[in-house]
Amino acid sequence: MENIDVDPIAELCRIALADEERKTIAEQLNTMLAYMAQIKAVDVEGVEPMLHASAIHSILRDDQPGESFPAETALLNAPEQKNNQILVPRIVE
Amino acid sequence: MEELFFKSAEALGQMLAQKSLSSAELTQTFIQRIKAIDPEVQAFLSLDEEKSLRQARASDERRAKGQLLGPIDGIPIGMKDVIAEKGQPLTCGSKILEHYISPYDAAVTERLHRAGAVLVGRSNLDEFAMGSSTENSAYQKTRNPWNLEYVPGGSSGGSAAAVCSGEVPLALGSDTGGSIRQPAACCGIAGLKTTYGLVSRYGLPALASSTDQIGPFARNVADLAVLLQAIAGYDERDSTSCRVDIPDYRRLLDRPPKPRRLGIPKEYFAEGIDGEVQRAVEEAIAFYGAQGHQIVDISLPHTPYAIPVYYIVMTAEASSNLARYDGIRYTHRSPAATNALDIYFKSRREGFGPEVKRRIILGTYVLSSDHRDAYYIRAQKVRRLIAEDFSRAFEKVDAILSPTAPTTAFKFGEKMNNPLQMYLSDICTVAISLAGLPGLVIPCGFSGAGLPIGLQLIGKAFHEGELLAIAQQFEKAHDFSQRYPKI
Repeated sequence: MENIDVDPIAELCRIALADEERKTIAEQLNTMLAYMAQIKAVDVEGVEPMLHASAIHSILRDDQPGESFPAETALLNAPEQKNNQILVPRIVE
Repeated sequence: MEELFFKSAEALGQMLAQKSLSSAELTQTFIQRIKAIDPEVQAFLSLDEEKSLRQARASDERRAKGQLLGPIDGIPIGMKDVIAEKGQPLTCGSKILEHYISPYDAAVTERLHRAGAVLVGRSNLDEFAMGSSTENSAYQKTRNPWNLEYVPGGSSGGSAAAVCSGEVPLALGSDTGGSIRQPAACCGIAGLKTTYGLVSRYGLPALASSTDQIGPFARNVADLAVLLQAIAGYDERDSTSCRVDIPDYRRLLDRPPKPRRLGIPKEYFAEGIDGEVQRAVEEAIAFYGAQGHQIVDISLPHTPYAIPVYYIVMTAEASSNLARYDGIRYTHRSPAATNALDIYFKSRREGFGPEVKRRIILGTYVLSSDHRDAYYIRAQKVRRLIAEDFSRAFEKVDAILSPTAPTTAFKFGEKMNNPLQMYLSDICTVAISLAGLPGLVIPCGFSGAGLPIGLQLIGKAFHEGELLAIAQQFEKAHDFSQRYPKI
């Protein structure tokens, strides 16, 4: 049975975990992965991955500018904003 | 008054047409009903009484001028809180979107406005539609109106319980792996997961983009047809929306369907299916046989892999889709964060509940470079084999009948500490989602404990009309959809 090291995965998906949470999630994920591993028994030789339920690919509209939200509307839910922009902490020192 | 709460949308529409009451009165009556019983049922996260009454009065004005917009004009509808409605909350059942207000309407919301519907409130769900009991909501636990100690199913448990308890005659839900069908079965009402691409996903925050679909809940099949009519159709803003002819679904009903070949997949009656559920579904099959349909034994051999494939594909897609909830642009931002990176980590820790974290982490794992081939890519290949099982079956049959869930509704807390057990609640629904096919659920019996049992009818892609007709034939010969919980 595989043993997930949760920390690097949680780091990748940007979720901070408390110690207890980390332990529970690791146990649960190991159980789940052991269950998921049954697909390794299926013969998939020559089978193409199915990415979507329908056969539609690359739907593009004409390159015409359409209507879009005014900045105020787009910023309606921003946690912090200033001068029609989203405010974040300094990134480059 | 109780009779009014449990009337079909069509019957309510007739009362509006005969002017026995106005839409404003009707809406007020349902809002009072919600206020009276929702403290127990907990189906709604928010109501907008003022806006609903405004919409209802506008409907009454249209009626007075003879400018009605269709059969659901003036009818109250509940919306799962994952479908955007301009100016309304869109919590997705999550703390991370607690204060979010939709800046625009989803495509289906626009369509409901064009049909004159009255959108009364936002219904509860498992956080980001992840769950089969609605217990994962960050806000409240919706109860099953048939027995308040039981879950209503999930993730669209709020919409299902609202229709079931007579709080609204109609509701919309979303179904990624069973989230309309399983709660419909648990609550004993009609629900439809549409063919992938029939209903626009524009304005539905993505969970697993390759299977997410919006669909209707109703008290009976005719209402399901009418609400489907209002929301189905091509939309250029959803790149997976299909250009298909939309029939008049309601007109296909009310006469017995032509004799069909109905497939019974043996894998859906395997170990783990509760005896009462199995008996009720078998009686429904016997009914169809007696009506002149041909009952055909079929096999969908890759069924045992549907749960692992679904939970790999679904968590992978969800881990990517939910990356947008970053604390930067429109979600909760942690006040404890000290720098930009910290905003991500802490906002997501505070904003997401345990199930969402679990799935994001599992999805990230199956997509990570070391495990992608063994899990994600392999699952996509097995997914094709699952879809091909259905294609082969549909060479021999016109529709497939099965249980909707292996058991009736379960008690609160029963599966909360064992996520894998919770996932297995979806064993009869996920394969249909992976294949993108339509699945319709109607009540087909009750357990000894008085809990509803759902029959699932699975159709060829875009054959919703046929499923509705076959389902209605059963409904008309039984009284299951006329039974109401005492609440």
